[in-house]
Amino acid sequence: MQQDYTYAVARIRFRETKLLSDADIASLNAAPDEGAAMRLLRDKGWGDNTADLDAEELLASEREKLWDFIGEVIPEKEAFSFLNVPSDYHNLKVAVKCVIRDIKPEGLFLYNAPTDPDALYEALKMRDYEALPEHLRELGKDATSVLLQTSDGQLCDIVIDKACMEHIRRLGKEAENEIVQKYCELFVASADIKIAVRSAKTGKSIDFIRRAMAECDTLDAQKLAQAASLSYSDIIAYLSTTEYSSAVEAISTSMSAFEKWCDDHLTALLRSQKWEPFGFGPVVAYILARENEIKAVRLILSAKHNGIPEEIVKERLRKMYV
Amino acid sequence: MSEFFQNSGLFFALLGAALATLMAGIGSAIGVGKAGVAAAGVLAEEPSLFGKVLIFQLLPATQGIYGLLVGFLILSNVGLIGEPKDISGLQGLLYFAASLPIAFAGLYSAIHQSKCAVAGISTIAKKPDQFGKAIILPAMVETYAILALLISILAIFGIAAM
Repeated sequence: MQQDYTYAVARIRFRETKLLSDADIASLNAAPDEGAAMRLLRDKGWGDNTADLDAEELLASEREKLWDFIGEVIPEKEAFSFLNVPSDYHNLKVAVKCVIRDIKPEGLFLYNAPTDPDALYEALKMRDYEALPEHLRELGKDATSVLLQTSDGQLCDIVIDKACMEHIRRLGKEAENEIVQKYCELFVASADIKIAVRSAKTGKSIDFIRRAMAECDTLDAQKLAQAASLSYSDIIAYLSTTEYSSAVEAISTSMSAFEKWCDDHLTALLRSQKWEPFGFGPVVAYILARENEIKAVRLILSAKHNGIPEEIVKERLRKMYV
Repeated sequence: MSEFFQNSGLFFALLGAALATLMAGIGSAIGVGKAGVAAAGVLAEEPSLFGKVLIFQLLPATQGIYGLLVGFLILSNVGLIGEPKDISGLQGLLYFAASLPIAFAGLYSAIHQSKCAVAGISTIAKKPDQFGKAIILPAMVETYAILALLISILAIFGIAAM
């Protein structure tokens, strides 16, 4: 039986009124210093009223609030694995490197992952791959072998990153919801584009590029890899013939401009869910909108903390969902 | 066979009354339940909207009442309530046919009205000042339940006057 999200969507509709708009983000960016920006956020209901949190604690508490709320309205955590599973792969990279180099992974793990990072680290340390969840079992063994045999951390990373992209693509294919499908496709396609651009700039071989890229529906990974092995302009020429032609200008500017394009493109896709009263789409849209909001606030607070001018931050700010 | 049919008038009439009450009632139960879930979601966030969301929740309840009314009229006309009457097989079948508009229109209009009511609840969760406009949209669906009720009632009175 298909899950009914009516209750969750009704609660989300009200919470959407509390999301920060483009105007809110602009006034936050215009705040004279970090303290003023924090005060503005507290006025908007951010943070915990009882404690005086610093910027990182404030952002962590907002993320916790988001996932507590989502857990309350939709207790089935596996419904969101397409959002959380990349954290598992990040933690695997950290754990493999820490185990091989015999260092403690303090402060390096992401704790929003489906698999407990400490248990993951212990399993790798004991070479007990059977204790790992199925999607990390073989991969953990392979990544450890690659790092032991080659001492090439980058090679180890691309093995894990590719597995992550393939996992996300699989989740997208299995998903019934169109927004989840589009999110997963954009995740893989944007990762392929980043790999292509970075590989072209650093002169990587076609074998390396092919090993790093994952297949997706909106891009021909073989053609993109071929273009990346030739030159940067070949990538641009190929992308101009795809549905990512509107991203070419951003890619030509910088990787961070392309990341902003990806986020804005995603936000534009999500907007269709703003008035959708049923289904999983509005839930996903709210989570991604909130994550996008937290990302924007992190950028502003960090810029205020480091004295970066407002104009530079403005160029990097994402469009908001509301 | 002919005698059996002739004596089955009350059975067909009762079947009609049951169908009108049952189908329209099922539609309303589904509709009120669905709208109630959405209303509870909004109330969990903003209890002050109780009065407004309650009206949306109650909109799909009317079809069940229309079904009850038609069922009651049939029972009353065939003498199952009040003075007993002699009802032929044909009359019984006619009462059965008269129950069909509200039975089916009641079922479907209540379910679809609830979808519209849920959307309306979402609208007032975001914009409480738009209550007046938001309530009109699901109320439009009511038109078709009323039209069906009208035909069912006219048919019942027509059969009684035969």
